[in-house]
Parts: sequence; structure tokens; C-alpha cells
Amino acid sequence: MAAIQINALCKNYGDVAVLRSIDLAINDGEFVVLVGPSGCGKSTLLRMIAGLEAVSSGEIRIGGRLVNDLAPKDRDVAMVFQSYALYPHMNVRENMSFGLKLRGTPAARTDAIVHAAAAKLEIQELLERKPRDLSGGQRQRVAMGRAMVREPQAFLFDEPLSNLDARLREQMRYEIRKLQRDLGTTSVYVTHDQIEAMTMADRVVAMHEGIAQQIGTPAELYDNPANLFVAGFIGAPAMNFLAVTLQDEVQRGDGSHATVMIADQRLGMVRRPRSDLADRRVTLGVRPERISFCDPSQGLNAQVDFLEPTGLGTIVHLRLAGQKIKVFTSERVTLRATASVGIAVESDDLLLFDPANGRRL
Amino acid sequence: MFIQRHGKGYWILHYALLAAFVIFALFPLFWLLKVSITPNDLLYGEGVRLWPSRTVLDHFHSVISHTQFPLFFRNSVLVSSATAACATLLATAAGYGFSRFQFRGKYLIAALMLITQMFPLVMIVAPIFRLLKPLGLTNSLTGLVVVYTAFNVPFASLLMQSFFDAIPTDLEEAAMLDGAGRFTAYRRIILPLTLPGIAATLGFVFTAAWSELLFALMLNSSSAASTFPVGLLAFVSKFSVDFGQMMAAGVLALLPVCLFFVFIQRYLVQGLTAGAVKG
Repeated sequence: MAAIQINALCKNYGDVAVLRSIDLAINDGEFVVLVGPSGCGKSTLLRMIAGLEAVSSGEIRIGGRLVNDLAPKDRDVAMVFQSYALYPHMNVRENMSFGLKLRGTPAARTDAIVHAAAAKLEIQELLERKPRDLSGGQRQRVAMGRAMVREPQAFLFDEPLSNLDARLREQMRYEIRKLQRDLGTTSVYVTHDQIEAMTMADRVVAMHEGIAQQIGTPAELYDNPANLFVAGFIGAPAMNFLAVTLQDEVQRGDGSHATVMIADQRLGMVRRPRSDLADRRVTLGVRPERISFCDPSQGLNAQVDFLEPTGLGTIVHLRLAGQKIKVFTSERVTLRATASVGIAVESDDLLLFDPANGRRL
Repeated sequence: MFIQRHGKGYWILHYALLAAFVIFALFPLFWLLKVSITPNDLLYGEGVRLWPSRTVLDHFHSVISHTQFPLFFRNSVLVSSATAACATLLATAAGYGFSRFQFRGKYLIAALMLITQMFPLVMIVAPIFRLLKPLGLTNSLTGLVVVYTAFNVPFASLLMQSFFDAIPTDLEEAAMLDGAGRFTAYRRIILPLTLPGIAATLGFVFTAAWSELLFALMLNSSSAASTFPVGLLAFVSKFSVDFGQMMAAGVLALLPVCLFFVFIQRYLVQGLTAGAVKG
């Protein structure tokens, strides 16, 4: 087990920059999830840690040791692939013991380790089977077992659940996390699924266009997104973004405040952002579940567009001053399209972003 | 899945067409066998019959004991086996390189390899002869192995590349993370999965070398280094063709190729990689 340090790491393919100066310190035993849309560089970063991609510039340290130029076999990390990459001509036992054999572990000890891992993963009865005779979930477990037996410095996961159906994915999510907690092995996990990131991570690295947009705990990213990308990517249903203006600044004891206006309706008071805005137009972000319904005479007036019942609750699509907005409520609502409703938001839940560069204000 | 249902007529037609094709493909072989066991006096006397009224093994006997055919046969086995081994070894290495690595000039080399396949071989017999003569490689089996290997490697490499392309890179990456170097990953993981491809390539090169006539004829003037296709020509003399012996020699020449394919056919079975990735 070891900490992983990544300093100013860059990756270029010719003129194309895939990773732009990534800095990341992963603590010993920590479970870090790299999340982002496809093409954001998350898999490239993982493969660079594994040694499967060369480093263009910057450095990677595993357990304090610089590994930039080390072959994958000498980095002592184990990887679980999206495809599982089980050796098709070997049975489960041979798949799991392959790494130990290569390291010259005595046969008796190899056998004991494989059995212990198989017991932990509940795959003892599969040991003599070939990968082609296993289900997706079983292959996933074998891939985990193959990574576990070597007791590596770190586990690397490359979208390991994306080939499973939704129910199995939920179960394996929990099992991987529990296993990692039991073993205490430093883990880096790549996914494009923000739910996986939120549920599994000690810390999340939200990536976009080769840049680590924000690094923090799931709650930090959810409550305090650093920019429009993180705000929009994390959370489902996604955050609402509205074009608003700031007006009527007032001074109070704790600083300057402004009123957030959407068209001629007043949304609430916020602390005036310190940065100088060219004009007073900003992008407002507000999470659908932080908006509540109220009496139309007291809140903002919006028209119902349509409803999406999810079972857990209802996503209500509204129009507010010509802009689209979603409200998530756990109540069973029975609203008609075009009906007028009143909505209200707490001032604390209003997040302001600079429309020019997307940064949080 | 969508299951198609067909009437009886469809299946009758289906099998009739298959049978027609199989008969068309195998008939020359049947005729080879038939003539090889027909006595000389019946060959022209009986007209065209599917099976002679009397069969003999005389032709086989005289081919084996009274001609140089055993020597030609031995030469062919040596040349074809050596060519198959050399060409497949080189093609496996080249195919792996083409499949797994990006390097400068990769597409140029692939294009050049394809271009070598476009020449009519007759055009280059003379230059090849001039090249081999000073090296002492004419009238020699080694010379034939060198030439055949050179001509078969380009296509065999492309063939092997397609087999390597079909094996996910994830597998060798997993092996490399498991503690294998690239060569160990290749030997322990990729090679066992490529056996069908290697068998196909071996078979392809072996049969190509086995039936080659042009170079075998032009690069050799002695019978000591002749292969069996050249030997077959010996049955054609100025005034007559000894069909019986020629066909008997042909049947004998078929045997090693058949044996070779019996030996490699179990590796030709595809689907070995099933279950490697996703399900």
C-alpha cells in the first residue's frame, strides 16, 4: 500500500494535449475516483499510472518512488479492466495465480492465497472454469481476485462496472468499495458515471478537457462546485442554470449583498461576488431538489411544462420567465401542464457563476 | 434473436447446391485417384468410365521403385517444411509488430510488402537467378527455401497481423501489470491465443511452397535439388505422357499436405478467444 503523487503531469499525442498539468496527491489507502465525460483524459491518466502510456512531462510517484520510466511489471500495481481482460485459455485458478507464478511464489503458497481470495469473493466453485463459461458478474469478481492476490501497492480500476446491468452494477459498486475498505489498498477508479463517483469515492477528481476541474470529497463537489462543468456534471437530475442579473446592492454587517433578479422576479439575496463583473449578468445554478413549491402569491411564478415521475419522486419541468427549470420533489404531485405554480429557493442554495469563463463567483 | 424458418424445398436446394460444389471441387482429385489405379491397357481401351473394371497398384510401384520420385518427394518435404517454419516465424514477428506498435514508415513498409505481391513472378526469375548464382544458391534446396520464404513472408505477415489484431491489447496489458515483460506476455498469453492463426499461416505457406513449379524449375538444373512438381514433368516426354505414373505420383504428393492439415486442423478451430472480454 502506498501513496501516489502526480505532479504537473502532461500527455500529448503529437500536437494534441490530452492531459494538461495534472496535480494530484492520493493518500495511502484512499479511494479516489476520476470522473468525467468520454475524452476527458481520465483513462489516459490511469493508464499512465499503470505504465501503459508514456509520460510526456511531469512525474508520477508511487510510494515515494519515481515511476515515470518503470515498466508496468515493476510498478507493483494491479488493474481491473473494463473488458476484465481475463486470459481466455486459462481457467479461473490459473488466471488468478498467473501474477504470483511470474513472481516465483511457491506453489503451495500461491494455492493458499488464491483460495483465500476466492473465498472472500465467493467464487471457490468457479476455480476450474474457463472465462467463457462465466457470467459478467463472475468475470468481474475473477478480475478483482486476480488484482487482489498480488497484494499490490495500488488498485487501478478502468470503468470496471460499465459492462454490467444496472442491478449488478449497484451490487458490485458496494462490494468493490467494501473490499477496498477491508484491504485498505490505495485505489484509483475511473468512471464516467457520476453516481459511481459519488457513492464510492473518498475523493473525486472531476476531469474535463484534460484538466482536473475540481478535486474534493463527493459532498464538496456537490455542494460547492468550482465551475459550471462540475456543477452540471455532478448530481442527477442535473443542476438548473439560469441567466440572471444582480441588482440593488446593499451593505450589511458581513459585506456587500445583491438581489438576484430573473426578468422582473426577485429570486433572493446573495453575497455580492468580489470579482468585478463587466455587467451584472451572471449564471445562476440551483439544484432541482433545493427548490420547493409554495403559494403562487408568495414565491416566483412558473408554468408547468411536464412531469417525469421517477418512483422515488417527481421531476417537474417548469418555465420561469421564459427559461427552463427543473424541480425535484419527493412528493407525488398532480399538476397539469400550463398550470401556474409558486416556487421558492433559499438564498444559501443560489450558486453564481461567471458566464464568460464558467468559474464560480 | 430472429429465427428464420424455411420449408423443405429450401433445404433440398441448400444441400443440392452444397453437394454440387463439393463434387465440383473434389472431382479432379477423384479422377487423379481413378487414373492412378487404372491399368495402362484399360486407360484408353475402356473409354470414359467412372471406375475401371480392374484396378492395379502397378503405377505406384513403378513410381516408387523405378523413378527418382522418392528423392523429389524428400526434397519437397524438406523445402516446404523449412519454408513454412521460416516464413511463419518471420511473419509472426512482423505481424505482431504491425499490429501492436506505431512506428515511422509503418504504412510505407506495409505498402511495399503489398507491391511485392503484384509482380508476375516470371518477370523476376532472371534477376533472382543472377542474384543466387554467385551465392551458390542455385541447384540447392536452401536457395529454394530462401526464395519461397521471401515471397511468402509479405502475405503471411498481413495474415498474422489480422490474427493479432483480433486479440484485445487489454490481455497483454493485463499480463504486463501482472508482472510479465512484453516478451513473457507474448509467449504466455498472446502466442497460445494465436495458434489458430499460426496454423493457418503454416498451412498456407506449406501448400504454396509444395506446389511451386516456376522457381523450382528455373533455379535448378540438377535432379538432386528438384522438387516433386518438377519431377511430375518428367512423366511428360516428347512423344507420350505416362498418365498412370504421373497420377500415382500426384496421389503420393497429396499425402503430406493432407497429413499436415489433419495435424493442424484442431488449431484452425476458431473461437478460442471467446470469453476474453465482455460477454
